[in-house]
Amino acid sequence: MFKGQTYAGDSFYEFLRVDHPNLLPNWGGTNWADVSLIHGTTVLALVCKDGVLMAGDRLATEGHAVGTRDLEKVFRIDETCMMAIAGAAGPAIEMVRMFQLELEHFEKLDGQPLTFEGKANRLSFLLRQNLPAAMQGLVVMPLFAGFDHDKGRGRIYKFDITGGRFREADSYSTGSGGKDARASLKKIPRHEELTREQAIEAAVEALMDAADEDRATGGIDVARGIYPTTKIATKTGVEDVSDDELRRVYERILAGRKGGS
Amino acid sequence: MSAPFYVSPEQWYQDKAEYARKGIARGKPIVALEYDSGVVIMAENRSATLRKISEIYDRIAFGGVGKLDEYENLRKAGVRYADMRGYSFSREDVAGKSLANEYSTVLGSVFTREMKSLEVEVLVVEILDKGCAFYQIRYDGSMTDATHYAAIGGDGDKLLDQIRGGWSAGISLRDAARLGRRALAGSGNGASIDDLDERNLEIAILDRTRRGRTFKRVSAEESRALLSG
Repeated sequence: MFKGQTYAGDSFYEFLRVDHPNLLPNWGGTNWADVSLIHGTTVLALVCKDGVLMAGDRLATEGHAVGTRDLEKVFRIDETCMMAIAGAAGPAIEMVRMFQLELEHFEKLDGQPLTFEGKANRLSFLLRQNLPAAMQGLVVMPLFAGFDHDKGRGRIYKFDITGGRFREADSYSTGSGGKDARASLKKIPRHEELTREQAIEAAVEALMDAADEDRATGGIDVARGIYPTTKIATKTGVEDVSDDELRRVYERILAGRKGGS
Repeated sequence: MSAPFYVSPEQWYQDKAEYARKGIARGKPIVALEYDSGVVIMAENRSATLRKISEIYDRIAFGGVGKLDEYENLRKAGVRYADMRGYSFSREDVAGKSLANEYSTVLGSVFTREMKSLEVEVLVVEILDKGCAFYQIRYDGSMTDATHYAAIGGDGDKLLDQIRGGWSAGISLRDAARLGRRALAGSGNGASIDDLDERNLEIAILDRTRRGRTFKRVSAEESRALLSG
């Protein structure tokens, strides 16, 4: 109807591909593995009583150097869900933006939001579009979590570069320190009884463990006031956990560790 | 091959305008009023699923009267346009004025070039840093703007007279909604005021107190609370 609009469906990505292909990123033609790029490191998600919590350290590496000390790697996507990213930060953040718009665009055109399952499938689709870039070294490893209103609880999906979508019942962590954070998270006995407070503590502790073992994961930086990005999705929406609250949790963990050793 | 009958351009445009006006006059009007923390947009609508008022972007709403399929297409084109601009620039760079201009261009070019003009009238509502803006685009592409309230469809003058009499700066949402209902009922094109309740009023707001996407549909329960008493 407007000049230059021919696409008539509900997908924003498809709309750009058909009518404004120049706006879409094109990362072809280079082997990115040889180029020093900003990379995000450890992010995690864990189910708790009220929903699901997501957290990520703030460090980004550029080769062996510090790329950014305070990168945000956990994003609110809409009223119900969040996405965390590890891997090549440029394409990953672009994917977050596209995913947010894809869901918002659908909701506005269709008059109602996608189901949780539908949203996860849309992210799979975007990852499949990124496959050629991933094969050239621009690997994006997202984690998707949110409150599923149909099921009445928090849910987590992890993905691989082919768009493969895998449900995780309780918790997962990805990125360079993901394995260490997972080792920490799997000790949680019963996720359905985990309070908000306990979930934040478990997440901070897991990120501290990851920072301890993985050189690329950033620890908590009290001097600069840099705390992990932490968000919780519950029935009422997605909210940020404040730095003040994180600092208190951190100090409590430190006090406990000193006392114990 | 026989030559087509000659019709003077003047006659042709007049016929098309009359055709469009007739189509639009059959529809129910929409009113939009500024209140102390946003804009409330209202229409009589007996359908619970087919909408006359919708979200375009963070601070922009759309209202359409006339033929549903035609304003629905305009709405969707507007969402695509706004999302594309927000993606290529920034969310703050999506402005109601440029969208209204697009609508004006589309409606104007259809009116002059096509056999049949679009039988719609479109309202673009936007909240600005200070105050708000209403852009009203008619079937022939002509556009007018207003700052505190606007009405499309139905008997426009009558609707605006009603609102003008009751509106004042800093009016509450409750008062604005009730004034809107009075205006819709008095337009002579719809139900009487006693019939206009939450079951057949479609109400949405652009709410300044919300972050990001400010558009919100007012649910039936909220409407009842707003209009009762």
